[in-house]
Amino acid sequence: MKRSMFLSLLGLPLWLAAGLAMALAIGQPIEFETEAQKRQYDTLVRELRCTVCQSETIHESNAELAADMRRRVYDMTLAGHDADAIVDFMVQRYGDYVRYRPPLQANTALLWASPFLLLLGGGLAWWRMIVGRKRMVQRPEFTQQERETLQRLRSGD
Amino acid sequence: MNLRLLFPLIAVSALLGLLFLGLGMNSRDLPSPLVGQPAPAFQLEALEDPNRMLTEQDFIGEVALVNVWATWCSTCRAEKPLLMELAAGGIPIHAFNYRDERDAALRYLNVSDNPYQTIAYDPRGDAGIDWGVYATPETYVLDAEGVIRYKRIGPLNRQLLLDEVLPLVEKLRDEQRRSEARRVAQS
Repeated sequence: MKRSMFLSLLGLPLWLAAGLAMALAIGQPIEFETEAQKRQYDTLVRELRCTVCQSETIHESNAELAADMRRRVYDMTLAGHDADAIVDFMVQRYGDYVRYRPPLQANTALLWASPFLLLLGGGLAWWRMIVGRKRMVQRPEFTQQERETLQRLRSGD
Repeated sequence: MNLRLLFPLIAVSALLGLLFLGLGMNSRDLPSPLVGQPAPAFQLEALEDPNRMLTEQDFIGEVALVNVWATWCSTCRAEKPLLMELAAGGIPIHAFNYRDERDAALRYLNVSDNPYQTIAYDPRGDAGIDWGVYATPETYVLDAEGVIRYKRIGPLNRQLLLDEVLPLVEKLRDEQRRSEARRVAQS
């Protein structure tokens, strides 16, 4: 019992060290010449989608392809390509799908318009409801007899 | 009154219909922007010989397949008998050995069959990005001019070969023959 506890205590730092080593392996060679390059890299890796692990950016993803793409973004950034050129490069190879921010074009028009269409639909429904409620008949007033009955019930006779 | 009841029914059915259509779609079926583009340039060592450099020109010349594979990819292993059949049927197959180790890849090809005519060794996935590789296995069809005419993400299967790949190869070979005949006629 004591021994196993001792062993697990011994194991803990090992696990921590292993975790750190993994983190370093996943991390990348982040050395930039200028602040602008670093900013461009940081923005781009959060705007490009990893194509194998869908719904992750290449910044978050641990997939090897994402690491390749990060390296390519890094290399191209250092080589002086601007953000548009790098995004274009990726789009040419992987299609519009790699962009987390879809461009406004014919096949994405509905996507871009949908929030406004939904708003319009919701507004219309809301407006109809208001009008409908206004048109509803007023609740009838209590008659004198009903009022007396109520009064009697309330006072508990 | 009737209309007010009908409207939510229509709305819900429309939504369900849309969702049902969505079920039939495969989010892995991504369009490839490279189809119709010339084969991207690359420069890589040959798998068998580190001193021999290969470029995209080594893949171009006749209608051919380009297969992206690795030894760690079990789907690629499952796919290989089909590639063997294609190679035996006279369709040249070139390959990228993708993110693999040279020794492992060579050993694998030694103990099993090798359907590939040319194998470019791409341990870091450099050409992989240029060719828009998502995941192994992937197969491209190049025409004789080196233009990508088809891309399959994922393994080939017999049905796919019969329905899409082989007819396309036939068509491209026809195109090639015709353009060669034209060239001869012109000269």
